[in-house]
Amino acid sequence: MALRELKVCLLGDTGVGKSSIVWRFVEDSFDPNINPTIGASFMTKTVQYQNELHKFLIWDTAGQERFRALAPMYYRGSAAAIIVYDITKEETFSTLKNWVKELRQHGPPNIVVAIAGNKCDLNDVREVMEKDAKDYADSIHAIFVETSAKNAININELFIEISRRIPLTDTNPSSSGKGFKLRRQPSVTKRSCC
Amino acid sequence: MAADVHKKKSWEVSNGLLAPADGQHVAERSESPTPGLAQGTEPGAGQEGAMFVHTRSYEDLTSSEDGGAASQSPEEGQGDQDDQIKMEQISKDFSELSTQLTGVVLDFEEEMRQSKDDKLDLSPQTSRHDSVLSGKEEEDVTMDAWRMHQKHVFVLSEAGKPVYSRYGSEEALSSTMGVMMALVSFLEAEKNAIRSIHADGYKVVFVRRSPLVLVAVARTRQSEQDIAHELLYIYYQILSLLTWTQLNHIFQQKQNYDLRRLLAGSERITDNLLDLMARDPSFLMGAARCLPMAAGVRDAVSTSLQQARAKSLVFSILLSRNQLVSLVRKKDQFLHPIDLHLLFNLISSSSSFREGEAWTPICLPKFNSCGFFHAHISYLEQDTDLCLLLVSTDREDFFTVSDCKRRFQERLKKRGVYHALREALLTPFYSVSQVGISDLRHFIYKSKSSGLFTSPEIEAPYVSEEEKERLLGLYQYLHSRAHNSSRPLKNIYFTGQNENLLAWVTSAFELYVCFSPLTTKAAAVGAVNKLMKWIRREEDHLFILMPQTY
Repeated sequence: MALRELKVCLLGDTGVGKSSIVWRFVEDSFDPNINPTIGASFMTKTVQYQNELHKFLIWDTAGQERFRALAPMYYRGSAAAIIVYDITKEETFSTLKNWVKELRQHGPPNIVVAIAGNKCDLNDVREVMEKDAKDYADSIHAIFVETSAKNAININELFIEISRRIPLTDTNPSSSGKGFKLRRQPSVTKRSCC
Repeated sequence: MAADVHKKKSWEVSNGLLAPADGQHVAERSESPTPGLAQGTEPGAGQEGAMFVHTRSYEDLTSSEDGGAASQSPEEGQGDQDDQIKMEQISKDFSELSTQLTGVVLDFEEEMRQSKDDKLDLSPQTSRHDSVLSGKEEEDVTMDAWRMHQKHVFVLSEAGKPVYSRYGSEEALSSTMGVMMALVSFLEAEKNAIRSIHADGYKVVFVRRSPLVLVAVARTRQSEQDIAHELLYIYYQILSLLTWTQLNHIFQQKQNYDLRRLLAGSERITDNLLDLMARDPSFLMGAARCLPMAAGVRDAVSTSLQQARAKSLVFSILLSRNQLVSLVRKKDQFLHPIDLHLLFNLISSSSSFREGEAWTPICLPKFNSCGFFHAHISYLEQDTDLCLLLVSTDREDFFTVSDCKRRFQERLKKRGVYHALREALLTPFYSVSQVGISDLRHFIYKSKSSGLFTSPEIEAPYVSEEEKERLLGLYQYLHSRAHNSSRPLKNIYFTGQNENLLAWVTSAFELYVCFSPLTTKAAAVGAVNKLMKWIRREEDHLFILMPQTY
């Protein structure tokens, strides 16, 4: 079966649940007392998508201020960026808009942007309306989904949607059509992704 | 209480050099009752040179820099700046040493401009971050419970702005911190410096490291010197997150900057460091504890680690629960024990390293306080907490370094030592009964030239956490007596209600021993000689005698 490598990075304010989303996707587990990520964390997961294997190379970045300057290192080589906000915190949605701006200015031109409104299990204390976020996402042609890492809502769907959206040519410009086999890329190419 | 004390010889020339004593310091053959134990020949001394920068880091901290603690205005930050120059020298070889996160500085300047407009906006945001990230309920600082803590630690900026408080929220303490800063400035106006206040069973200790002021309020038995030592660790901890350069740059740009903004999320690391210092003798000893392991297994592990090298790697460190399994370093580069402790603390303070491979900038302030290294951190085994830490100079080198990890694991399996390593990891402590001395309860032995120490498991009657901390408190007390800068001691015999202790400090080693209260001084002295022989016999098991380089 053909194997594609998809590089994805997660961005967003601190405490919105980026790591929780990754853990849910990769390990199918959830830890309510998860510690803040330090620097960035790298994980992989291979899933079947139609008749291909998609290997996600995931960079889960730290949301804290002092790591902010490192973000370009991670999104520069990414085919997709998942920007996460917390539906119960209005400010995190403003931070998200800054991330979108930054990606537009400095990110790779064809990067697939996905917006995830996390903690949708906490509907009672919601501060960001789903419609507002959806409208915003549509205006920038981004994938939009509300997720809950805690209750495993829409997590796999989010990654499936990314699988669907990343153009084939993005991961391997030299081949077109289906059925190609992507080997582990030489380290030179790899370096550029982090 | 303490009887039988001998004045220490004044051999203690401050070794400010960063080069280690390579076991060649035979000159310092003192009249120690164990002839032949000159530095570099004591049990546990490495045979191929040390792994660490050779310092008696305790004195290194308190003497060579303490002058600076007295009064250190930004212009006369001599201690640090001298260090800086030496640091720069070492790191010269590192042509590719990736340094500052220049981006942060740029962002920061931009933010300065913005924040002129929305100053008020900053603080509520920061407080939100605090409450989200610290994960603990902030204590009410007006309650008695808050006052009852054994040791408070506060960090503030020279403008009197709170940076960190061990207990309670910084905001609630801003007026208290203002008073602290007022005290410091009041005395400085007269060209004096406040070092400590002693009252009502409390010691209030001040350490000044411009642009920060660190204050501890303690009810412990520790000496002022020891508390100042811990505050310096906190200072280095902050440097490890920001670098000295960035910290100074920030406050040069804006004196009343709220540093909590940049430190958000790191409170846990500092909290953990303070807790660890109260529990783990590594910090007191200024040395690393080795995981006991058969020499052959350790050598095979070290060789595997050494072979899994990459150009940008400076240190490869294998550890399990704050115990060192193996350390391989680049030739001519030495790690300072303080830097190693900061790395250990970082790893033990966060569960976020347990999954995946972490890649984070880290400054090793004793190595080079101006730049960042990049650390690759991954757990190889969850149940034994075996953790691999690879320190690289190149922030873009993640995949190369990650490949080193894979190669290391492959070699371990190929050499067939994986199983033996696991066995060792499952029995990380030895029992004091193995020494075969009745009345011997516990000991700490440090080899000065290797910067390593060994210690058996703490057993009954020190079962509860309080009792364990009390035992460490006794060691701290002996240590502070032995290292008192005005009146250092070589031998101390301490008779207490619940135990008798003996301390023996020479130029080559330090030994602290705890006996049952029924032992006599003569028996204790005899037992110590027996203990030294036992350590010598077991040294290849207890220490890393053959450190490797790449």
